[in-house]
Amino acid sequence: MSTATAAKIPVTVLTGYLGAGKTTLLNRILSENHGKKYAVIVNEFGEIGIDNDLIIGADEEVFEMNNGCVCCTVRGDLVRILDGLMKRKGKFDAIILETTGLADPAPVAQTFFVDEDVQLHTRLDAVVTVADAKWLSERLKDAPEAKNQIAFADVIVLNKIDLVSKPELAEVEARIRAINPYAKLHRTERAQVKLSDVLEQGAFDLDRILEIEPEFLNAGDGHDHDHHGHDHGHHHDHDHSHGGVKHYHDEDMQSLSLRTDKALDPSTFMPWLQNLVQAEGARILRSKGIISFSGDDDRYVFQGVHMMLEGDHQRAWKDDEKRESRLVFIGRDLPEQAIRDGFAKVVPA
Amino acid sequence: MSDFNPLQEQESIVSVIDRVRPVSIGAAVVAVHFLGDKAAFVCAEENVALVDDMGQTVVPVHSGGILCSVADDKRLLMGGDNGKLVEINRNGEVTLLAIDAKRRWIDNVALHPDGAVAWSAGKIAFVRAPKSEEKSFEVPSTVGGLAFAPKGLRLAIAHYNGVSLWFPNMAANAEVLEWAGSHLAVTFSPDNKFLVTAMHEPALHGWRLADGKHMRMTGYPARVRSIGWASGGKALATSGADSVIVWPFGSKDGPMGKEPAMLAPLKAKVTMVACHPKQDILACGYSDGTILMVRMTDGAEILVRANKGEAVTALAWNAKGTLLAFADQTGDAGLLEL
Repeated sequence: MSTATAAKIPVTVLTGYLGAGKTTLLNRILSENHGKKYAVIVNEFGEIGIDNDLIIGADEEVFEMNNGCVCCTVRGDLVRILDGLMKRKGKFDAIILETTGLADPAPVAQTFFVDEDVQLHTRLDAVVTVADAKWLSERLKDAPEAKNQIAFADVIVLNKIDLVSKPELAEVEARIRAINPYAKLHRTERAQVKLSDVLEQGAFDLDRILEIEPEFLNAGDGHDHDHHGHDHGHHHDHDHSHGGVKHYHDEDMQSLSLRTDKALDPSTFMPWLQNLVQAEGARILRSKGIISFSGDDDRYVFQGVHMMLEGDHQRAWKDDEKRESRLVFIGRDLPEQAIRDGFAKVVPA
Repeated sequence: MSDFNPLQEQESIVSVIDRVRPVSIGAAVVAVHFLGDKAAFVCAEENVALVDDMGQTVVPVHSGGILCSVADDKRLLMGGDNGKLVEINRNGEVTLLAIDAKRRWIDNVALHPDGAVAWSAGKIAFVRAPKSEEKSFEVPSTVGGLAFAPKGLRLAIAHYNGVSLWFPNMAANAEVLEWAGSHLAVTFSPDNKFLVTAMHEPALHGWRLADGKHMRMTGYPARVRSIGWASGGKALATSGADSVIVWPFGSKDGPMGKEPAMLAPLKAKVTMVACHPKQDILACGYSDGTILMVRMTDGAEILVRANKGEAVTALAWNAKGTLLAFADQTGDAGLLEL
């Protein structure tokens, strides 16, 4: 997806649990005076208050691929709809895909990895998850779909913050960060987020993988550690937890990061990475990395969804840049120690 | 591959390039059909361009994208993303055949020799036969393709995990031919013995209708988007590789246990195939714009169009086999009289 991305039409995936405010955000995107035309793929006709002849109803048909990979699923309806939309190229600038509240974002993302025609004409821009500040904490306990949507997100719009107290807000943010420390998080009322914060993110663009740092480390937005409360003390260690699984009570979804400043050998690192995503792909939702290979002056970057990986040389390391390899995995019940041990074996002594 | 020129590599190839009458459609073309001796170029949006010796007429048929088309020499049917199914005849007269109640996309359309019409929107296939009321049938997932059997009123409906064979005039449930995966285009062999689908993954799947025996046709580097039966139905020519893959269907076992023929290899992907209606000749178009005519018996090639860079998206013979029409995705088109 990294080549000729400019000519490809960006697709923003809008997800979020029932009632979080997806449709509110969608209506805002469509009604705001931005001079752009969007084709919109929705699962429910009639909820959109805007007149737009490029609104297409989708059925969310998740198809397994016949390639022996169990977790390799695609959205069959999406393949068909994007193919049909390409007939009207030039009539819109970007595509927004709204999923149902119960949808798993993985098949959507994998459609962009697997389907040659989809890849040829479009690119996945970002997964934007709208979350309800009041109810997300509850949903994370009882709805695996809500957890998936947070784990998968590139951008999280934490909506309805006017309905919660400050401690409640801190609590829900801590829960989000325990699952996904890397997404950009925006706090909103009535989904009032700047459109430039949700559209044109390039989150799946290898050329735009710049750094992999937990977002809250450089957020500087008054993130208040004291408000995390009594029952999840583990969380206090997150400002010095480079590479640590962030434990939250009863949280089965984690992120795991690895780093080394020793240059890696592609002949041992790549097989390890490929084997890892083959063996653990069902549990790994997203992966990303910037790699420094020995004898290679270019940064190698990769990203993946479940078992699917794509990678490429990105650009030369800058003189003032620390040549460091950094990998991140977000997933469910990740075998942390086994992954760390495996990585340690491919780091040159 | 843009520097590849078959003329340079194969100096000896026979060329009919200078006999092609160039046509400019001025818009992306997604299909071409013949209405008698008139070539009907179907644009990606809104229009059909009718071209014959008298000139070129652009006829508006849809207020939007044209998603599917089928023709039988007398009439051309098209489904659109405005939920409409329209017909255009040899005189260029347009008739609205159906409007989907929910304005859903008309994804597929099929035509029966006796005039029956089938189309689909979402999971529902519709059939309208002459002197009969409209009937519909819902399958478990979105319809990927439609085809009428050559005999009787029987409709094959391709979908996820198989094909449903529906007799619209019978009360009985449809027979389902199962095979895991997403099935798109579907076609009956002209002798009514085999059913073949082009799948979402780069493969064809076939069934022998007498006993439901499976035929897997795999090995393609890309999805098969264009398929055509050779005259008499003894072979099935397909796109999806850097040569035309031709599966033998002459025996009662079809291609089972046999190797396909690989004709006209180039350093580009075959995007369109069109078999001559009467002779063992096929025309094929490539991703680099090349078009060849190939004799199926010995693979001899004639150059119809040199590589121009843009993929060939439309290719068809007229019913008599005297005219070949083609177009690429930019609307650069041509007519060849044989």
